[in-house]
Amino acid sequence: MMVDVQKMEQFAENLAAQEEVKGRSLLADARRRFFHNKAAVVSLIVLSLVVVFSVFGRTIAVWSNEEIDWGILGQIAELGAPNIENGHFFGADQLGRDLYSRVIQGTQVSLMVGVVGALIAVIVGTLYGAIAGYTGGKVDNVMMRFVDIIQSIPYMFVLILLLVVFGRSLFMLFVGIGLISWLDMSRIARGQTLSLKNKEFVEAAIATGVKPLTIILRHIVPNLLGVVVVYATLLVPQMILTESFISFLGLGVQEPNTSWGALINEGAGNMQYGTLWQLVFPMFFFIITLFSFFFIGDGLRDALDPKER
Amino acid sequence: MLSYILRRVAIAIPTLLLLIIISFLLMHAAPGGPFTSERPLPPAVLANIEAKYGLDEPIYVQIINYIGGIITSFDFGPSFKYKDRSVNDIISTGFPVTLTYGFLSFAVAVIVGGALGIAAALKQNSWLDYFAVGISVGAQVLPNFVMAPLLVLVFTLWLGWLPGGGWNGGQWNHLILPVIALSTSYMASIARLTRSSMLEVLHTNFIRTAMAKGLPYRVIVFKHALKPALLPVMSYLGPAFVSMITGSVIIDMYFSTGGIGQSYVNSALNRDYAVMMGITILIGGLTILFNLIVDILYAWVDPKIRY
Repeated sequence: MMVDVQKMEQFAENLAAQEEVKGRSLLADARRRFFHNKAAVVSLIVLSLVVVFSVFGRTIAVWSNEEIDWGILGQIAELGAPNIENGHFFGADQLGRDLYSRVIQGTQVSLMVGVVGALIAVIVGTLYGAIAGYTGGKVDNVMMRFVDIIQSIPYMFVLILLLVVFGRSLFMLFVGIGLISWLDMSRIARGQTLSLKNKEFVEAAIATGVKPLTIILRHIVPNLLGVVVVYATLLVPQMILTESFISFLGLGVQEPNTSWGALINEGAGNMQYGTLWQLVFPMFFFIITLFSFFFIGDGLRDALDPKER
Repeated sequence: MLSYILRRVAIAIPTLLLLIIISFLLMHAAPGGPFTSERPLPPAVLANIEAKYGLDEPIYVQIINYIGGIITSFDFGPSFKYKDRSVNDIISTGFPVTLTYGFLSFAVAVIVGGALGIAAALKQNSWLDYFAVGISVGAQVLPNFVMAPLLVLVFTLWLGWLPGGGWNGGQWNHLILPVIALSTSYMASIARLTRSSMLEVLHTNFIRTAMAKGLPYRVIVFKHALKPALLPVMSYLGPAFVSMITGSVIIDMYFSTGGIGQSYVNSALNRDYAVMMGITILIGGLTILFNLIVDILYAWVDPKIRY
């Protein structure tokens, strides 16, 4: 067989010139898998748009969220409909306030509640679960029994009790949601820790005399992050749902502050007067955001945990 | 088995006690007592009233008295707002209502959701399957407080078929919308769970064996596959029950059905702590009881559970 010498030389040269072949890291693999998931990518774009809307939407607003448009007050059903000309892009609410600005405000509050609730869950839940799982034995038993007990309490009722007793403020809402959001996370973190703590790298760390707390923080927690991130993405919509639930009942954020739940409640209370836009706009943002978080969470789970498929 | 049941009961009792103590302390921490009003009472009169209700005792004595009242005579004490009604009166008017549509919703969620899930799994990748999957994805973002206004909008305001609220002694047309609004998202979750666990079971070896020895399909599905497939669904029933009870607050408020959820929110707005506490404890007790039953049933059905 004839060997094309020229071609071979060329090939050798190419090889020599080429730099080291780049290995694909686990993270790059995960990223590739995530971006192959169309639903997740679309959701990511939608969610980014919602965030951009909540941050920069104010700049094109004509009315602030507290101003009352006296010109249309009392005739909201006839004059308050969504209208580009008078600046009420989403229409006006029953008090003549601009719904566009109100929806932006509600979006900010709801997203913030979701993210803060999930953050508390990540920090407290991961540490709690990792400590319980790593320590094991009696400590583990007591710590997880405590989680069991708190979890079987109907927290929504306790949360409402908490809000009524200590006053309905955004801060108390954060405290109340933070108190319950970490429970599931701690179980997940504990389960992962149990399977990690007998791995060789942990044994090596123990053998070299690393303190338990350092092992948890430096060796266990970083390995939990994949699961934690996935679960946190799925927690955000749950927190938003909880907050909206309470605000829908009128027990959450108080006027002039608002959130999706409060806006949906107002819309639902006024829909028999024909001001449907009051229901449609907050509900639209609520639904697309929740959808996005669910799909992103699913996409992340598939991307970070390929064996689960 | 018996020791397992005893152990579960041994956890349930302190949970309930903890719930009672938490709500009692929260109520105690609230600013203003039950008898503070805009026109302050003379201190001597106030002291007399407080002595009558036992409010001058140290707090642990009050808690013990309260718990004692609940255990011995199921007495949750007087309402702070309505002088002539006790917490028991308020609960006994609202609770049957909540129980009626709550039970119906639970039944609808389990039966319809389970049937839909099984059908979807048996006919995987058919239009029925896509329908079931579509519903279960969509219903994740349609919680009861979104469903309720949408249902009223369509069936009451546009079509005018069904009343948008009220109870009317539990007449059937007043029940439909609340039950649909409350059950949809749980029905969807149950359908999704049933579908995926049924699919998993249908791919196991023992089902293949059953097929190989030529059993009729009906027997394979209902006799062999159904029981293991429903196990994960059973463990979801506990949490579903809890959040359905919570959801009944929305239903009561939105449809004005007059259940305990409505009393709960009204007492929250009126700062009627005694009623809030009574309802919280009642619902907490129910939740704990239900979880207990589900756990025991689960252990009984699933032989893999270690006691």
